Amino acid sequence: MNALLQASALTRTFGGVVALDHLDLAVTRNEILGLIGPNGSGKTTFFNVVTGIYRPDSGEVVFDGMDITGASPQTVYRAGISRTFQRSRLSLPLSIFDNIVIGNHKHLNHGLWFNLVRRADLKRQFEANYLAARELVEAFEPELVGRIFEPVAGLPMIDRRRIEICRALISEPKLLLLDEPSAGMTHDETAELMDDILQVRARDKTLTIVIVEHEMGVIERITDRCVVLNFGRKIAEGPYRQVAADALVQEAYLGVA
Amino acid sequence: MQPQRAMRASLVPGLGAIAAVTAYLIALLAVEKQPIIIGLLGAGIAGTFAAAWLGMLRPVGRSFAECEDALGGYAVLAACVLAAAFYDNHFVLLLVVTVLLYSVATLGLNIQFGYAGVLNFAGASFFGIGAYTAAVLNSHTAIPPLLVPLIGGLLAALIGSSLLFPVLRTRGHYAAVVTIAFALLLRTFLEVNDVLGGPQGMQVKGMQILGWSFNDNIEIAKHLELSFYMNYFIVSLLLLVGAFVLVRRLERSWVGLNLDALRLDETAASCFGLDIARWKITAFLLGNFLIGIAGALFGMVGGFVAPNNYTFADSLILVSILLLGGVGNPWGSVAATAIVVIIPEKLQTIQEYRFLLYALIVIAVLLFRPEGLLPRPVRQYFPGWRP
Repeated sequence: MNALLQASALTRTFGGVVALDHLDLAVTRNEILGLIGPNGSGKTTFFNVVTGIYRPDSGEVVFDGMDITGASPQTVYRAGISRTFQRSRLSLPLSIFDNIVIGNHKHLNHGLWFNLVRRADLKRQFEANYLAARELVEAFEPELVGRIFEPVAGLPMIDRRRIEICRALISEPKLLLLDEPSAGMTHDETAELMDDILQVRARDKTLTIVIVEHEMGVIERITDRCVVLNFGRKIAEGPYRQVAADALVQEAYLGVA
Repeated sequence: MQPQRAMRASLVPGLGAIAAVTAYLIALLAVEKQPIIIGLLGAGIAGTFAAAWLGMLRPVGRSFAECEDALGGYAVLAACVLAAAFYDNHFVLLLVVTVLLYSVATLGLNIQFGYAGVLNFAGASFFGIGAYTAAVLNSHTAIPPLLVPLIGGLLAALIGSSLLFPVLRTRGHYAAVVTIAFALLLRTFLEVNDVLGGPQGMQVKGMQILGWSFNDNIEIAKHLELSFYMNYFIVSLLLLVGAFVLVRRLERSWVGLNLDALRLDETAASCFGLDIARWKITAFLLGNFLIGIAGALFGMVGGFVAPNNYTFADSLILVSILLLGGVGNPWGSVAATAIVVIIPEKLQTIQEYRFLLYALIVIAVLLFRPEGLLPRPVRQYFPGWRP
């Protein structure tokens, strides 16, 4: 099996609204998959169902040979899926370092005895995590390294996005879900962020990424393959150029002429 | 040599602040004439503003951030000097012991609300559970009284755990309402329960260690007798130091990070593997444990416990201390406790209006300094650590 993530007949409704309608979606290992579609087509719901924020009504999700259908967010994270959020969800009063190291939860020692009494061991773990966080920040924006112990509240949106991606990457996940990373940013900032993402990808070629995005320039530039959703169903699949030329896709985006 | 000198240079402003505060407190506690007290309080407020205006507080803050351990030691020393200055004054020493034990309780609330974001409006109830534990155990059992505060803390945590289910199932204001209901229930239970003295309450026997009774004055020489409250002062100070170190280390660890993360965004925290229930339970139990220990000791200090001593209004005062001092900053909690406990006692003229005074102070702080008198700084895992 070459699929890292396989969703089969995934359905999720909110009241009368069918957000996901028997969706079959496979993410191949080591690819960058673009997930596109009009507003309300179920892209974010798909992320939320995969990461355990919502339970699916029916269908199943298999990740790396493990059934994660309806699993808790904690289990999904431990299995190796990390994500960012459409609306930035950083802890604003906390420092850049704190925000990033939250993402490394599964590799930290959380015992009370360890944390309160074995301070020398904690310090070693802290220093190792400092180096890891610093290396990530440096890859995205070297200027932030000197401010790593300052609150994120004062940072512009692009830096917050970068930190969110660092938070998702520090635990070295197998699958990274990026939910509209360009939301709230200018065109130039978006281009810069995509360079960063491609650079991260160049360092670790085994990282699989699913990206939800509205800017088609971004999708064209960074994805290997696209899946188009409409009303919770998959309506097209393939390389961006092929998908963009698809009549059904054009109709979904522009309406019937 | 160089770093050594830098260290010493930044220790000075903190030491100066501790000395100034100690001297001020000794003066304030020593005078009894109302006009002088009012004058002193006014001078204190004006002095603080002037110091802030002259930019003198910033180096103090930096000094505390850089060499907290050393300054903490000096603060303990300062407390001892303060107590020594009033070695035979029952009233002042009782006031100081009250500040120390209430500080421990607010540190407990700090873990719950400041870090985990679990509002506890039953703080005084858990304090009372500790005091009742001391009343019962000291009178009816042979358990060494030194262990009694520990048992009081454990019992407060245990009884508090009955609230876990509703507290975990609800969020924010709703969880707070659950704790209010608990406070009312506990009070009613104590009032109708004759075994525990009903509305009249119970006497609490004092602390004893190896036959040394804490309720006797300490005679050092023929004409030098220390107030028996000195015993309680020492034990309370040790307890506060322990609680302070605990809260500090907790904040400066992955546990503190987890609590902050879940307070600020439960959903995001879940997506990075945090077990929300585990950490809320840890914070709630640990907080009640500290409050219960302080309550048991306070019961022994006062020698008496009744349902009326630990009401919802007292819980509100504890929460207002937290807001006043700066949520999440243990130094703030201790400073605010001192302000809230000492001022009404010294300003006898306003006794009846103390709640009005609290209300005014809290409103003023929320308006002009919403993060409290000493806002919580960004977490430093190991103070003075450099990459």
